[in-house]
Amino acid sequence: MADLSDFYELDALLGDEEQMIRDTVAKFVVNEFMPLVADHFEAGTFPMELVPAIADMGLLGMHLDGYGCAGASAMAYGVACRELEAGDSGLRSFVSVQGSLCMFPIWKYGSEEQKEQWLPQMAAGEIIGCFGLTEPDHGSDPSNMATRAQRDGDKWILNGSKRWITNAGIADLAIVWANTDEGFRGFLVPTDSEGFEARKIQNKLSLRASVTGEFYMDDVIVPESMRLPDAVSIGAPLSCLSEARYGIAFGAVGVARDCYNAALDYQQGRPQFGKPLSSFQINQIKFADMLTQMTNANLQAMTLGRLKETHTVRPYHISMAKRHNCRVAIDTARTARAMMGANGVSTEYSPMRHANNMESVMTYEGTEEIHGLILGQEITGIPAFR
Amino acid sequence: MKVVVCVKQIPDPALPGELDPSTNYLKRDDKLILDESDSYGVEMALQLVESAGGGDVSLVSMAPNGAVGGLRTALAMGAEGAVLVSDAALAGTDALGTAKVLAAAISRMSPDLVLAGVESSDGYTGTVPEMIAGALNIPSITFAKQIQIEGGNVKVQRQTEAGYDDVECPTPALVSVTAGVVEPRYPSFKGIMAAKKKPVEELDLSALGIDSSSVGKNGARQETVQVTDAEERQAGEIIEDDGDAHEKIIEFLGELKVI
Repeated sequence: MADLSDFYELDALLGDEEQMIRDTVAKFVVNEFMPLVADHFEAGTFPMELVPAIADMGLLGMHLDGYGCAGASAMAYGVACRELEAGDSGLRSFVSVQGSLCMFPIWKYGSEEQKEQWLPQMAAGEIIGCFGLTEPDHGSDPSNMATRAQRDGDKWILNGSKRWITNAGIADLAIVWANTDEGFRGFLVPTDSEGFEARKIQNKLSLRASVTGEFYMDDVIVPESMRLPDAVSIGAPLSCLSEARYGIAFGAVGVARDCYNAALDYQQGRPQFGKPLSSFQINQIKFADMLTQMTNANLQAMTLGRLKETHTVRPYHISMAKRHNCRVAIDTARTARAMMGANGVSTEYSPMRHANNMESVMTYEGTEEIHGLILGQEITGIPAFR
Repeated sequence: MKVVVCVKQIPDPALPGELDPSTNYLKRDDKLILDESDSYGVEMALQLVESAGGGDVSLVSMAPNGAVGGLRTALAMGAEGAVLVSDAALAGTDALGTAKVLAAAISRMSPDLVLAGVESSDGYTGTVPEMIAGALNIPSITFAKQIQIEGGNVKVQRQTEAGYDDVECPTPALVSVTAGVVEPRYPSFKGIMAAKKKPVEELDLSALGIDSSSVGKNGARQETVQVTDAEERQAGEIIEDDGDAHEKIIEFLGELKVI
């Protein structure tokens, strides 16, 4: 039986290097990550022991040029995210947060000294970053953030708290976004700074193989040299989110593919009423729908990749693909879970783990609703959220 | 230190393979990939050069159609360059012909050490490495699980059924590397992007001074006369546990001589 999961053979359009990067990441996920994921999901931990291998491959900041980064194409970054997330959203999140949310702002908005100081060590996985934008009381409206930075000579004094922060608690460096008298600014804050305290959020039902936390800043003093000089508006952190959302649009395709394959494999090998589950019409229609939706999602992701490579991608393009593909992923995961009966609730199979993860993935980096409203604004010219 | 690694590019074993009914050879029309059993030789060579503090790892391969996909994987792992012998006349070459061609290519490279996998994952003849050593008139050691270069000698732990033998011989020498004894590295993305720019020298038979009638299907002394399906695996014996199942299992393992 042929593997139809890349239904229109879109991967044949990838260049040789992109295919090799895809194969390398896919092999790493299957051989090194998959044997660990169920236990880490159960324990609520991320397999930090894999970070050196992740860094050696060049996954961290892979789409950035120079400063120890691999300088791979946007399409290569996309397919790498797809293969990582086919493993688990926690793994893709780790790579996205480090590369797109922490290294990208330094690369894009940082001074030359900041780039040279931080990026090589972050690419090598020696310094782990976290991205502090979301707050306990401000999720979808970051421009009303309560975190303040007050200039004091050549220093800044930071106060406030950030919540739902991937890698808070294990990060060495926080990229903190704060409101100031001069507008929104970004700061590089070492997590061992006086007055900085991070805590892990316990009891999550989603994205369990990923560390999520919160941090508080009580008169944290940061020198002016640790402010990102070229980040001068709320557009700066939003541009980082666009980078990460791009990866999610691909990652969600990986989730859908893994769930589809898991359900197909299960149903082909499980006889009920004397014949395989997959021989029943109701299940074949489900497979046809899953494959169609997954193909739609993949077409969106690959088209987005082409727009990014030609520098014609717009934030609303990314909103459509992130929103659509996350919805496809969670629906596929839930359908796949149901098609595996009681066995589907075990960590032995991936779909329910993926379904739970997607609750977070369709919420963070812009909820499904917010991305709908970004599209609504583009369609009507009227912003519904202001 | 200069190490040459023999690598074979084979059809992806994950895809269903097909035999050409006229030759009984595997069809090789699709994309070829690096034989995984050769990735151990590549890794071993890279480690030897790294621990020697310098040197050069080159690849040598033979393919009838100029395929380089598998070579790029090994180049991405860190090999410096490759020689690919490619000639339409090579189609249907047997193990001895392959060894003659690879030996001719290797002799131009003057290596201190030649590494190869024990056997390929598509043909499984397991004879080519030793025939290359014979053609080059250099010593060979088979089934290496560990290799060290000391002075002008190569010291090898040679895997045996009971454990391993310590053997050594002077260089230049050929050593075949047992699959699974090292962990082949994941190519880095920088390595992948650099691999495209690494030199792959393509040679035909005339460049090697080999008469095309001595290789290929016509020059082959070996012929696959018939192919039959492998016997279907028989159902195993199920032992119901009446309290003595462990004894029956021990007896069974004893018969197999595994305990």
